[in-house]
Amino acid sequence: MTALHAWLMSDRPQSRRQAALGRSYAAWRSFTANRLAVAGLVTVLLLVLVALFANQLAPYPPTIGDLRTQRLLPPSAAHWFGTDDQGRDILSRLIHGSRITLYVVALVAVLAAPIGLLVGTVSGYAGGWIDAVLMRITDIFLAFPRLILALAFVAALGPGIENAVIAIAITSWPPYARIARAETLTIRQADYISAVRLLGASPWRIVLRHIMPLCVASVIVRVTLDMAGIILTAAGLGFLGLGAQPPAPEWGAMIANGRQFVLDQWWVAAAPGAAICVVSLAFNLLGDGLRDALDPKADK
Amino acid sequence: MGAARAAGRFIAIVALTYLGLLAVTFFIGRVIPVDPVLAIVGDRAPEHVIERVREEMGLNKPLWQQFGIYVGKALQGEFGTSVLTANPVWTDIKKTFPATLELATVGILIGAGLGIPLGVWAAVRRGGLVDHAVRVMGLIGYSVPVFWLGLMALVLFYAKLGWVGGPGRIGVAFEYSVERVTGLLLVDAAMAGEWEAFGNAFSHLVLPASLLGYFSLAYISRMTRSFMLNELAQEYIVAARAKGLSETRIIWRHALRNAMVPLVTVVALSYAGLLEGSVLTETVFSWPGLGLYITNSLQNADMNAVLGGTLVVGTVFIGLNLFSDALYRWLDPRTKER
Repeated sequence: MTALHAWLMSDRPQSRRQAALGRSYAAWRSFTANRLAVAGLVTVLLLVLVALFANQLAPYPPTIGDLRTQRLLPPSAAHWFGTDDQGRDILSRLIHGSRITLYVVALVAVLAAPIGLLVGTVSGYAGGWIDAVLMRITDIFLAFPRLILALAFVAALGPGIENAVIAIAITSWPPYARIARAETLTIRQADYISAVRLLGASPWRIVLRHIMPLCVASVIVRVTLDMAGIILTAAGLGFLGLGAQPPAPEWGAMIANGRQFVLDQWWVAAAPGAAICVVSLAFNLLGDGLRDALDPKADK
Repeated sequence: MGAARAAGRFIAIVALTYLGLLAVTFFIGRVIPVDPVLAIVGDRAPEHVIERVREEMGLNKPLWQQFGIYVGKALQGEFGTSVLTANPVWTDIKKTFPATLELATVGILIGAGLGIPLGVWAAVRRGGLVDHAVRVMGLIGYSVPVFWLGLMALVLFYAKLGWVGGPGRIGVAFEYSVERVTGLLLVDAAMAGEWEAFGNAFSHLVLPASLLGYFSLAYISRMTRSFMLNELAQEYIVAARAKGLSETRIIWRHALRNAMVPLVTVVALSYAGLLEGSVLTETVFSWPGLGLYITNSLQNADMNAVLGGTLVVGTVFIGLNLFSDALYRWLDPRTKER
């Protein structure tokens, strides 16, 4: 164990692999020193597990309820979070809803991050009028009200979870472009880039193979920090009836449903909101921890 | 010369950004729907009606001409007629906007009025109780859905405790007792001397405004803290201490004054954010503002109203964004061009 530690923390790595592993190990050590960040990571991992094994974990079916005897029951041993107006077990719906939440978050990240990366790196490396045009477009998008724009997009595309994802992705790439561009500007003058250029690499190859991989880390940190915002926006769209459609157990839509009887049966709306809070808090803590661990400017 | 060029540049940026907003809303309203005519007349309309509407809307013209017409109309405040209210969209917006403005303004007053002192305090006593409180408030502010917190607050403070007025802007009994002058209920009631109505309107306002205030407070206090920490580490603070100035004077007159420069931007941006964030809050509190207007129109597929509302919010948002940018340049002499 100590030998491994010494090998990983070595000042003079003998191979690329050792250097790469050593760097990740150092980042991991500084990350795990932050207990809140670890708590965030554990919660996110738990969420993933819950989503994976939703069928096994949920005690009742998420969309079928007993309308005769099970309507709007308060929390009890049989139904930990009570039941809703359709007699459905709220806990089971929350468990299945975690799939939708993760689906939205993952899809938005997969859509928005590459767009931002591409725009930012191309803009930073090319410079000149390309840079001016791309950055102006980015600024225009940054100056827009994101939620309202997402609302209008969904209104035009029609409600539904996929359209909500597209709307959120369209409005959330500009910060990634900004970050990637800033990173590219610091890299583009580096000696190794000149060396690659002398070897005859095309600009596209330089951007895709030699610049973009170095920007990925900071973009990932920013994406993680944005995850909570994405979850909240998706829940907001669901709350307004523009996200996942019934009977899908989307958390925002569940709050909207519980709103009708919130004065008497408060738990119907309370439980999904609490779930959203826990998950976005976890993503916030995880993002903060990642930023502190990976930011070279922070003290090691 | 420099000032004129900077002004020209600024105007160009405003125009370009606004054109971008118009292009996006045009794209949303006219290009994404498979057939905007069907969206208006429905799929059971006879053929000649469809043709006529297509003609009226100018949809048989090339796309760039349609966009030109759209921009021209939008600049004159012509957003078409709302299907839901049967009024011109612009009339509806003029009627609903003051309610949103009132809510967001009280919200930002709470947010900045409490957030800045809290942030300063957190920075001065770093690692202390207030510092931790500011951190926790920030985390919660970034993690809680605003509509859910509003709903829970409504249950607790209105239904269970009865401390505040419920949904809506004013009780039914006072609905027509205040003459509409500015559209800001509190101002109108105070000017008319209707203090009972004022109190009632205030009791309805206090919960949603505090809620919005909390979210801006979470952001403003966090930013104030980091700006203040930055300033307090500067050498001029050491110099001021060496001169023997009192700590109060150093913090509030020297450090905060410099921290105010970026803070103005933060406050302006969160004001813009509140105008936007009111969409969800207004829905929860049935607050008859622009946000509720947009969501109601959304649920009735009233695209004219949705796009008009989006354009107005977007305009205010862009305006505040660019205004804060200009203010920053004006306040900070270092950013002036030499």
